[in-house]
Amino acid sequence: MTEIQVGRAAAGPAAVGRPPDRPEVPAIELEGVVKDFVSRGEVVRAVKGVSFSIAEGEFFSLLGPSGCGKTTTMRMIAGFEEPTSGRIRLHGVDVTDVPPNRRDVNMVFQSYALFPHMNVWENVAFGLKRKKVPEPEIRRRVGEMLEIVGLTGREKSRPRELSGGQQQRVALARALVNRPRALLLDEPLGALDLKLRQQMQLELKRIQREVGITFVYVTHDQSEALTMSDRIAVMNDGAVEQLADPREIYERPATAFVASFIGTSNLLSGQISAISGDVATVRLGDRGRVLLNGGGHRLGESVQITVRPEKIRILPGEPEGDVSAVPGVVSEVVYLGTYNSYAVTLDGGAEVTVFEQNAHDSTGTAERGDSVWLSWQPHHSYAIGSASSR
Amino acid sequence: MKGSRLRAALTPYVLILPGGLWLAIFFVVPMIVMLSLSLHSGNITDGFVFTWNWRSYLDGIANYHDQMIRSIGYGLAATIITIVVGFPVAYWIAFHGGRRKNMYLLLLLMPFLVSFVLRTISWQFFLADDGILLGPLKRIGLLPDDFHILATGTAVVLGLAYNFLPFMVLPIYVALERIDPRLLEAAADLYAGRLQTFLRVVLPLSLPGVFAGVLMTFVPACSDYVNASILGGASNTMIGNVIQNQYLVAQDYPVAAALSFTLMAVLLLGIFLYARALGSEEVLEVTVR
Repeated sequence: MTEIQVGRAAAGPAAVGRPPDRPEVPAIELEGVVKDFVSRGEVVRAVKGVSFSIAEGEFFSLLGPSGCGKTTTMRMIAGFEEPTSGRIRLHGVDVTDVPPNRRDVNMVFQSYALFPHMNVWENVAFGLKRKKVPEPEIRRRVGEMLEIVGLTGREKSRPRELSGGQQQRVALARALVNRPRALLLDEPLGALDLKLRQQMQLELKRIQREVGITFVYVTHDQSEALTMSDRIAVMNDGAVEQLADPREIYERPATAFVASFIGTSNLLSGQISAISGDVATVRLGDRGRVLLNGGGHRLGESVQITVRPEKIRILPGEPEGDVSAVPGVVSEVVYLGTYNSYAVTLDGGAEVTVFEQNAHDSTGTAERGDSVWLSWQPHHSYAIGSASSR
Repeated sequence: MKGSRLRAALTPYVLILPGGLWLAIFFVVPMIVMLSLSLHSGNITDGFVFTWNWRSYLDGIANYHDQMIRSIGYGLAATIITIVVGFPVAYWIAFHGGRRKNMYLLLLLMPFLVSFVLRTISWQFFLADDGILLGPLKRIGLLPDDFHILATGTAVVLGLAYNFLPFMVLPIYVALERIDPRLLEAAADLYAGRLQTFLRVVLPLSLPGVFAGVLMTFVPACSDYVNASILGGASNTMIGNVIQNQYLVAQDYPVAAALSFTLMAVLLLGIFLYARALGSEEVLEVTVR
């Protein structure tokens, strides 16, 4: 892992970051990357020591709210920002000090950044021309790429004559035609409307599979990240809160931030009052109990538990058996098409959201003002690890 | 309801009224008067009569085509100097001016606080045979003792370039300032070095500004007479000097008016050819982006 491919780096202007022969070397590696900005004389730490590695061919997302450092992290991978400290490696080659035009990664910009004075063809051919690829090969590759993104026939159009979705495809083609070792995408679908965005999500995924290139995708849209990614790094306040696959992120959020940022989540806190086998019980109010799996808990320990709205069932009476059971009053019912959303106020005043699918043509299980019991399986309770220590 | 719609329909015309009237009274009317004057015949003592007298045009061109050509030449030279000097200035302010951009632009416009004629006279001192520029150079022997700039075409062109420099810098600055910095990043991302980024992205996108700057520099520089009369000699007169002379000294109004219109026609033709050569469509396309 420590072997540095200097010989390859010297091979040509665009050769930095070419893959070494061993496939297990990650496509992108960040090691303790820190970025400080100076704003009005004050040092602001935008990225606070981020480390992760992205495998070859992976669809990797950086997800977080605006200002969390995800875009800065990506810009450091692209070479537009220099890390204050830490190292960045592409295929094992340290590129921390290599300028963007000599890194073998390409970027799709948020606003596309298409050259307004060039037509579609000239935009897409720009990178190949700078790399002095022979003219016949440029013609062939640009033609192929325009076909992949479905823009054959629009070669002579100027960017401003294209729709947002088409401009997006030009930006994608302009980057991909260079066959970069990794493609960086900075909120590329942000400017599109919902329908087109969903269509492009699937399209991006298809193209990624087709070209087999590592994608690093920056987004603040959690559903987008969940839909497309192999793995997601959830960032908050300049640090990675959790790095895992979408299912893990959704089902087992590592921190309260991840739980609340990804989807809708219910947070309940209490103390462990009983442990039997590998099931711990948390008392909630006078009558409620929350069961959770997994050992490692101590009696009397304070825990924060998340449970997803769609895992909870609404029952008219107290359920029997080894399930969580919490009483409350329905305070709101919202019809949302494919499902109903219930807000249930617990005895202690906490509010819990419950989703119930409209699988049957019923009008719903409960109405506003009903006294109900909420119930879910022990393995759907998830105790947030070190939430209190952050 | 109906009244408000009527008002909405009239608003653009009401808004254009002050400017439109201004142009009509102080531009269109004098133009017509001048055009008619150029076709008069007679002299200042006996009075001028409208006679469709085209001779003034022929006389003007026959007698003063040297000054006409010299004016275009000086104007071109001055314009080229302002591009060469002004583009880097505009580029630097736009991309490296940081938070002080406005201050630099203000500095650029500072000379305008002093009158045009006074500024030109100060160049007379500056370029004088034993002035602050040539004096020391002659004393240390870098220049021969009889070297001079004043009263040459070079002095006139330098004066013109100096006086019209801001008119070149400002439009180029505006064009450069409007370039999305992400386009430069995109070019770098697509393997373009600094020179390639400049040649392929920055320069083409700055052309509308250069186009505007050339119009704002070349046209007034060609018709200027202050620089030629203050910095030039007898053999450096420009067409502006001739027109001024015809109006105020010879008082041959028809020839003066005819020369003015000839100059205007030549400049319009030049601009037209220039726009065609540069591809005005391209330029406009980038401008309306």
